Amino acid sequence: MHDLRRQKLSEQGFAFLVLLPAAVVIFGVILFPLGTTFVYSLQNMELISEEKGKFLGLLNYARVLGASWFWEALGRTLYFTVVSLAVETVLGLLIALLLNTRFAGVGFLRVLVIVPWATPGIVTASIWKWIYNPEYGVLNAVLTRLHVLAEYRAWLSDPFMAMNMVIVADVWKMTPFAVIFFLAALQFVSASVYEAATVDGAGVFGRFWHVTLPALAPTIAIVAVMRTMEKFKAFDVFYVMTRGGPANGTKVLVYEAYLKAFTNLQYSIASTLSYLIALLVLGLTIIYVRALKRGDAA
Amino acid sequence: MTRKTLVIAIVLLAAAVGLFAAPVSINALFMKQAGYQEEDIIGGTRDFQAAFPDINVNLTFVPYEQLEEKIITSAQAGSYDVVLSDGPFTAKFAQAGIVKSVPALSAADAKDIFEGALSSTMYKGKSYGMPWLNDCKYLFYNKKILQAAGFANPPRTWEELAAQAKVIRDKKLVKYPIAWSWAQAECLTCDYTVLSAAFGGAMFDKDGNPTLTAAGNKKALDYMAASLKDGISNPNSLEFTENEVDSTFIKGDAAFALNWTFQFAEAQDASKSSIVGQAGIALIPGSGSVRSATVNGGQPLSISAGSKHATEAWQYILYMASRDFQKKYPKNALPIWKSLYDDAGVIAAAPDVVKIAKDQYSYLVNRPVVPFYSEFSTDLQVRIQECLQGKKTSDQALKEVQAKALELAARK
Repeated sequence: MHDLRRQKLSEQGFAFLVLLPAAVVIFGVILFPLGTTFVYSLQNMELISEEKGKFLGLLNYARVLGASWFWEALGRTLYFTVVSLAVETVLGLLIALLLNTRFAGVGFLRVLVIVPWATPGIVTASIWKWIYNPEYGVLNAVLTRLHVLAEYRAWLSDPFMAMNMVIVADVWKMTPFAVIFFLAALQFVSASVYEAATVDGAGVFGRFWHVTLPALAPTIAIVAVMRTMEKFKAFDVFYVMTRGGPANGTKVLVYEAYLKAFTNLQYSIASTLSYLIALLVLGLTIIYVRALKRGDAA
Repeated sequence: MTRKTLVIAIVLLAAAVGLFAAPVSINALFMKQAGYQEEDIIGGTRDFQAAFPDINVNLTFVPYEQLEEKIITSAQAGSYDVVLSDGPFTAKFAQAGIVKSVPALSAADAKDIFEGALSSTMYKGKSYGMPWLNDCKYLFYNKKILQAAGFANPPRTWEELAAQAKVIRDKKLVKYPIAWSWAQAECLTCDYTVLSAAFGGAMFDKDGNPTLTAAGNKKALDYMAASLKDGISNPNSLEFTENEVDSTFIKGDAAFALNWTFQFAEAQDASKSSIVGQAGIALIPGSGSVRSATVNGGQPLSISAGSKHATEAWQYILYMASRDFQKKYPKNALPIWKSLYDDAGVIAAAPDVVKIAKDQYSYLVNRPVVPFYSEFSTDLQVRIQECLQGKKTSDQALKEVQAKALELAARK
């Protein structure tokens, strides 16, 4: 009896011991920074301020929400998110449909298409920065040789153009992600359903619309949720390619938060901004998940 | 004493000796851009380690744009002991406790250092670094192109420069005669500081009150916009930092370029340059009663607030800023020491540059010395770019910067 109880306790103790390292890591790198960031967002944590450490309550939130730069950066973030997500989804779907058919070399193509996704973000951004280089970039070289362009031009010196060029780079990198998801989903659509549809007189587009798309809908929603979250947090591609310029044309929310913290030393404003970004992503996720559930019920 | 305690004692003693004699490692952060080049710094560090074998120095090089962020994020942990700072950071770093204050120099040493370099390390009467890189921008011109266009001398005023550039453009000697570093980055603020001072403007008055709407500032911005419109400035300048200006100039694709000293050495380097022997260096033009104006690009070496080896760090800094080091590497940056400008070795290494430098240093202009400088500079860059892209008039742009500066100055 005595022995049994000791053994039981030590089992609990063992479990605790095994979990401790993970708990310490999670507390240290996730919970503690989260808590500290929240506390900072309620204080004046501007390192050059004379009133550093003063409790401000929700004043930082009011300041950020009342600032025009916040709404401008939010607009740019939304534009980046919506456009690149739309292009990636459509392009990803088309490539997945192509790779789902049988032809010689399809296995090789399936591997090849993953390469951009496997390339680290910083590397991708550097590659595209060189491609767009106004003096030696390969894009200028190709377009002038094809007589699309009469002469070399700058791609990243106009704010709106720069944003779209960054989107191209991001689409190049992340479309494979969508392709893999869609391809996996397509493999589960039974061939007999297509045969039945063909017998019922459905053409190519009819089959796509009535069979393929409904089968893919949940996957599309999942990809959309995951990519939206990632895109709201996009940083490396902007950091390497444009640093928020020209004329702030590519200054998205996360880059703005980075500048506030590491250039202006305004840790409170940066923390506030971080929490607002997190809330926005959370809100979007809830909307998506609800839509997904409603879709399932229907 | 038993044998066991004897062994323990010997081991402990050996450990203690080992501990004290073990070389101290310090980490130093430098930039890979204008000024002293990597090989100069590696060479100087090798000399230092030969003289101080007990101090081991690890070097890290980053682009200028990453310098500030690296210094700030490593300050608490002291990952770097020695950091290359910048004049405009001094006030902010001192106020926020990012760098340590350092011992004052002897009166004789202080007198031998250029005033602009020394003042960029001072904040509220204390010193926060040792002047190290002494640099300012110069006007570079391509002698061959100027000759072909029929000009014997580089321009003395900005109006003359524009006129020469138009001739060069019309004769198609080069597509876009002038290259600038007008990317949304610190280099744009540097170029604007030069132009606004040349046209008699100033961004702040003596008491630190913003004066962005002054006539000279507007003239400078109008000049920039007009040069783009007239096709005499390379439109890609809006994407260029100093490195791209350098590569454009040394490829022979620009007749004029504003840049730091290093570009002159680059232009003579046959492994990179296609214009060896054609590069000229001149006093930056002025306008009206202003003969010339240039921007102070001096950068001090500082000790990070978190450094645990401040003594060794200071030893290293003093070595790298010494007359010996600066005499040995005069090719890419000129000394901070006035006395070295009469040194035959320094003159021989860069005769053209030394001749112009002596004159150009009399027209040094500092970027605004305010603790909110970074925020101000970023805003200035954005508004200037908006104006250069035709989205705002110069009046509008400068009015907005003025409003922003007033707001920043009022913030506690």
